[in-house]
Amino acid sequence: MRGIMDNTDLLNLIDITVSFEGFLALNKLNLNLKKGELRAVIGPNGAGKTTFLDVITGKVKPTKGEVIFKGKSLVGRKEHKIARLGVGRKFQSPRIFENLTVKENLEISVTTPKSPLNLINKSIKDEQINEIERLMKIVNLAQKVDSKAGSLSHGQKQWLEIAMLVGQKPDLMLVDEPVAGLTDEETDLTADLLKSLSGENTVVVIDHDMEFIRRLDSNVSVLNQGTVLCEGTMETIQKDQKVIDVYLGRPED
Amino acid sequence: MELLLDSLFNGVAIGSVLLVAALGLAIVFGLMGVINLAHGELMMLGAYTTYVTQLIFKLPILKPFYNSYIIVSIFLAFIVSGVVGILLEKTIIRKLYGSPLETLLATWGVSLILQQFVRSVPLAYGTGLVISLLIALFLPTIFPLKIKESINFKYYKFSTWIFAALTGVLTGSLISSSVSKLSRASARNVDVTAPSWMRGQVEIIGTTFPKTRLMIIVITLISVIAITLFLNQSAWGMRIRAVTQNRQMSDCLGISTEKVDIITFGIGSGLAGVAGVAVSLLGSVGPNVGGNYIVGCFMVVVLGGVGNLLGTVFASFGIGIMTDLIGAGRLLSIWPDMPLPLSNTINFFATTSMARVMIFALIVIFLQFKPTGLFPQKGRMVEN
Amino acid sequence: MSFSKIKFDKKIVLSFWIILIALIIAAPTLLPVFRLNLLGRYLSLSIVALGVDLIWGYTGLLSLGQGIFFALGGYCAAMYLQITSSSEFPNNIPEFFALYGVEKLPFFWEPFRSPIFTFFAIWIIPALVAGLIGFLVFRNRIKGVYFSILTQASLLVFFNFFNGQQKLINGTNGLKTDVTQLFGQMVGSESMQRIFFWITAILVIAAWFFAKWVVKGRFGNILIGIRDDEPRVRFTGYNPVIFKTIIFSIAGGLAGISGALYTVQSGIVSPQFMTVPFSIEMVIWVAVGGRGTLLGAILGAVFINYAKSLVSEALPASWMFIQGGLFILVVTALPEGVLGWIQGDGPRNLLQRFGLKRKIETYPSLEVNNNEGNNG
Repeated sequence: MRGIMDNTDLLNLIDITVSFEGFLALNKLNLNLKKGELRAVIGPNGAGKTTFLDVITGKVKPTKGEVIFKGKSLVGRKEHKIARLGVGRKFQSPRIFENLTVKENLEISVTTPKSPLNLINKSIKDEQINEIERLMKIVNLAQKVDSKAGSLSHGQKQWLEIAMLVGQKPDLMLVDEPVAGLTDEETDLTADLLKSLSGENTVVVIDHDMEFIRRLDSNVSVLNQGTVLCEGTMETIQKDQKVIDVYLGRPED
Repeated sequence: MELLLDSLFNGVAIGSVLLVAALGLAIVFGLMGVINLAHGELMMLGAYTTYVTQLIFKLPILKPFYNSYIIVSIFLAFIVSGVVGILLEKTIIRKLYGSPLETLLATWGVSLILQQFVRSVPLAYGTGLVISLLIALFLPTIFPLKIKESINFKYYKFSTWIFAALTGVLTGSLISSSVSKLSRASARNVDVTAPSWMRGQVEIIGTTFPKTRLMIIVITLISVIAITLFLNQSAWGMRIRAVTQNRQMSDCLGISTEKVDIITFGIGSGLAGVAGVAVSLLGSVGPNVGGNYIVGCFMVVVLGGVGNLLGTVFASFGIGIMTDLIGAGRLLSIWPDMPLPLSNTINFFATTSMARVMIFALIVIFLQFKPTGLFPQKGRMVEN
Repeated sequence: MSFSKIKFDKKIVLSFWIILIALIIAAPTLLPVFRLNLLGRYLSLSIVALGVDLIWGYTGLLSLGQGIFFALGGYCAAMYLQITSSSEFPNNIPEFFALYGVEKLPFFWEPFRSPIFTFFAIWIIPALVAGLIGFLVFRNRIKGVYFSILTQASLLVFFNFFNGQQKLINGTNGLKTDVTQLFGQMVGSESMQRIFFWITAILVIAAWFFAKWVVKGRFGNILIGIRDDEPRVRFTGYNPVIFKTIIFSIAGGLAGISGALYTVQSGIVSPQFMTVPFSIEMVIWVAVGGRGTLLGAILGAVFINYAKSLVSEALPASWMFIQGGLFILVVTALPEGVLGWIQGDGPRNLLQRFGLKRKIETYPSLEVNNNEGNNG
């Protein structure tokens, strides 16, 4: 059985079922992530990729099943509690605070503790300022510190959001289509960035872009109709008959 | 038994007023997501329409038909409020789709203007203005296609506006000269007197019941049935539901969402006018008459579950029966020897205004447990 | 944002402040006491407007029930004044009780014998009530128009309660304060009114600094974050419920102070403070002045009320038209308010229209569909 706990596992999804009015968005999905792993998740439209992220981050409560993160169950916890436990999420289209500057966006993400009293009473810690500067250099936004985030280009917004994700220092990073709308060059840079993050962090990347996934050079899980169809390296996946059927259509159907 | 029946009847009577008032809002807010704070003023226009119709039916030519004026005024009120609603949609609300808080503020502004309008403008000229609007908005739509497509269409349109304005002024002065009560502006409240066949009481299963109340229940019933049939059976009803569920898809399928918006808003506003007729039967009509209902209407819609007509029906009758139970201290007469602290509490709330306090507080508490109301809309799209 | 523009903004803000402070200092000598009293009232209203700006302009919560907290503050002040001035009335309790045959002071009046209790009650009671209502509503993620409707319903609950309870709080007649005594002087007297004007002016400035301190820095940024994208704030690890409750309760406290100051200067507190139109008016002051700009809230409150009194004196019927038109105009044409318009590109665009300034060349703005990712 898959559901058995493994000590090195950071996250276990056990028999997750999500039903919207009888429509099964996820159907007995099982998935395990090791600490420090980089994992790509692919699947056709409607395979349940985003719902899968919604379940982990607490936006959607699974109808059945269990989510174990660092030995704790996440089911029924509020989103902000899950985030504080160490799950960070980057959204499909960049969701940054457009009316705040780049620096203010990053401040929001690196600040700890995230209580109102801390925010209103104390000024930001030195090491947090250093962290912000480091992040801005990594994502090439150092010149844009005081620009409104809304004035950034699409690619810069994507990167700012990734920087915010990193600044949160999560143990698990969930990255939803980070290269949508990016140029080829930016795509390559993003792939390298994500690769460099794994090892220290555990990263899950969801995307359609096969070239990008190949460049990540990681294990791949294929989602179809709300369940994991198969797992393995890019080569094994591409040879798998079930995957070929899903993507190219089954002759007998 | 008789007490309970009495209470039930009263509750249904209160509830049916709420329902007919909230029905239009349930359409506009529930299906379009538009917060129309001028809904109460559209009701007020309906009530004034009833008054104007009544006075016009007193004219010698129409005197023989006087008894049927209330039926006519239902249709007229629907048209008057509907036309004003359409004008509102075309000029203001259309610009604010997707920003409900802004709509809320703008429609509040509209409500202030409408209130002051009936105070400052003689009703005769108000009627004239509505007739102008009616002509100007609808005459161009029934032009033959040949004219609509001709390059000179704008001149045709312009001449309809002139025609509309002239007709408006003419009817305005005609009414003003023939009905003196309508020729002066007045801030005072006016009274609608029910025709003779609607006065008095009827006996139903041992309890007496005022005929006007019965009439309101009938108006409510007809409105609910008509709107349900329209939404579920007619082509436009289907289009409205389609746009509610997926606007972009409907657009792609060739449904004119702009027209759907106008029709939906027009019908919702028209229903407010019908509610105005019902309200005019209950008491005197003044510029503020609608304002008394607006918050109650919103509570009904929210309690019932936004976008669900059945929920609105249940919520209004539920609130109606509760209002009667609390406001008249019914529990005390059903259970006369209850402990003193309890009966003191019940007495404390046994007035109309305190019953309102209790009901609203109960609704606010109820929404704590079921924020989406009695019959929530389901599905994954709701959250966004 | 260019350098010159920032300087320009600062200059304007500074000159506004100099003029404002000069006016406040000069007002008691320049204005007849009737006008001074009016100005004092409008200034006290600007404190409630600051609160509305904090919750609406910064946090995106449109409350239509600020009248509750405004009136609660007013009632707290009026209860203290009535009770300390009731020694010559029967049973040593305020005069109106005799009308309804009440001989014993209702229990909740007792603590208002103490000036210290009253001093705190004026802002703490409204803040607590706001915090409670806010917490219950925010906890269930009721937001947007639903929040507005619920606050309006709560307003009606309070209005009907205060309006209906003659024996407890003098019902619809309200509590008069102008004939009561404070420190041996009549509250309605000229000298007292002058003192109240000063207190109000000082408190407005204090409230402005307080509000500025709240919205500057990271706390304020989180409020803006909640306004623009609440789920994102949540996924970053912040609990929006707490932030919203705190800011709503701050706005409630400000409303309470405002209500107390308004009461002592207008001479009466009554359930009229809790009517639906008055609470919506508070929003329009902020909308006209410029939501999200604190100075805009203050100026909006003062100028609109001043305009209201001028117009109402000259042409009583037209104020409703003007006010209604103002609502529509500001929402459709001037969504950022007057101050927001000045600070933004407004004047430049206007000058451009008359050919006085060159157009800035900009890229066509990129369109990103934000809804795309929310339902996959």
